[in-house]
Amino acid sequence: MRLVLNGAERTVDGAATVAGLASSLGLGASGVAVAVNGEVVARSAWPATSLHEGDRVEVLGAMQGG
Amino acid sequence: MTAVDQPADGFVVTDGPLRSGCDQKADEALCIGGVSFGSRLILGTGGAASLEALEASLVASGTEMATVALRRVDPSSQGSLLGVLARTGVRLLPNTAGCFTARDAVLTARAAQEAFETDWIKLEVIGDDKTLLPDAVELLDAAEQLVDDGFVVLAYTNDDPVLARRLEDLGCAAVMPLGSPIGSGAGIRNPYNLAIITDAASVPVVLDAGIGTASDAALAMELGCDAVLLATSVTRAREPVLMAEAMRRGVEAGWLARRAGRIPRRRYADASSPTEGMPQWG
Repeated sequence: MRLVLNGAERTVDGAATVAGLASSLGLGASGVAVAVNGEVVARSAWPATSLHEGDRVEVLGAMQGG
Repeated sequence: MTAVDQPADGFVVTDGPLRSGCDQKADEALCIGGVSFGSRLILGTGGAASLEALEASLVASGTEMATVALRRVDPSSQGSLLGVLARTGVRLLPNTAGCFTARDAVLTARAAQEAFETDWIKLEVIGDDKTLLPDAVELLDAAEQLVDDGFVVLAYTNDDPVLARRLEDLGCAAVMPLGSPIGSGAGIRNPYNLAIITDAASVPVVLDAGIGTASDAALAMELGCDAVLLATSVTRAREPVLMAEAMRRGVEAGWLARRAGRIPRRRYADASSPTEGMPQWG
C-alpha cells in the first residue's frame, strides 16, 4: 500500500487497515494516535478502518514541548 | 488621615477568598477537574537538553503534572518521554502547542485523547509566530467544542479578565493567563489584570508563560494564582535542576505569603518598637 505517512510517500506492506498499518510499523499499545486524511481514528476503530492508495496518514506521539 | 491607603505606586495584592480544594471542608490542595494536586507547580517539557535533564528537573520541582506536545513521531523510537513521566509518577497533560486554528487544536486534542487515554487538554491556540500570543477568537471556539466533547480544558489565555471569564463560562476547568509571552522570561507584565482575573475566577487560575525566575513564580501566587506552569525558565536555566527547586520554593513561598496576608503598603515608616519606656539620656 502506497501511503503518505507523516508527510512522506512510503509503501507499507499489510496496511489494508489502520490496524494492519500499526502492526507493520510496530506501533505500541498506547502512546500513539493515528489520523487518516485529517480525521483521528479511535484505537477501537483501527481494525475496521480501511486504508486506500494515497491516503494521508499521520502517526502522532508525545514530544517535549508546550 | 491614615497612611495606610493603598498607594498609587504599588499594585494591590489580592485578598479575595481562597478557592477550596477537592475536599470542600479542609483541603488546601490544588483541585483541577476534580483531581487533587499536592504541588502547585506544573512543568512544561519543552527545551530540556535531554530526557535525563528533564527527569532530574521534574523530580527537583516536586511537580505532579507536566505538559507534552503531540507531534509526528518515528514509530520505532517513541515512548521514552512517556517513560520519564511514568517513572516519576507525573501526570501527563497533553497540549495543543503550535496550533493556530480552533480546527487544528480540536483535532490535536482528539489525537492526544486517543494516544494518551486522557480527556485533559492544555488548550493553546496562538495568533502568530513572533509573539505566540493566544488568538482569542479561535481559543473560545476551540474551548467550546472541546468542553462540549467532554474534555477537561485548561485554557492558555491572555491576561484579559473578560476573556478569562468567557472561558470559565464556557466550562473550562482552569484558566491559564500569561504573565508575558512564552519563553520571554519577562515576568508578570500586568499584575493589575492578573489580580482582577484571580479575584473574579471561581475555577483555578494557573499563571502560564513568561516566568523568568523564582520571584516571578512567587509573585504569581501572591497575586492569587492557584498554580504556576513554566518550562523555559527551568529547562534553559544554566542549572536546570537548581532552578526547578527554586521554582518549587518560589511557588510555595508565594502561596504561603498569600495565605498569611501581607501588611499594607505605607508611604512612611510605621515603628515596630514601642515609643513608651524610652530612657532619658540627660
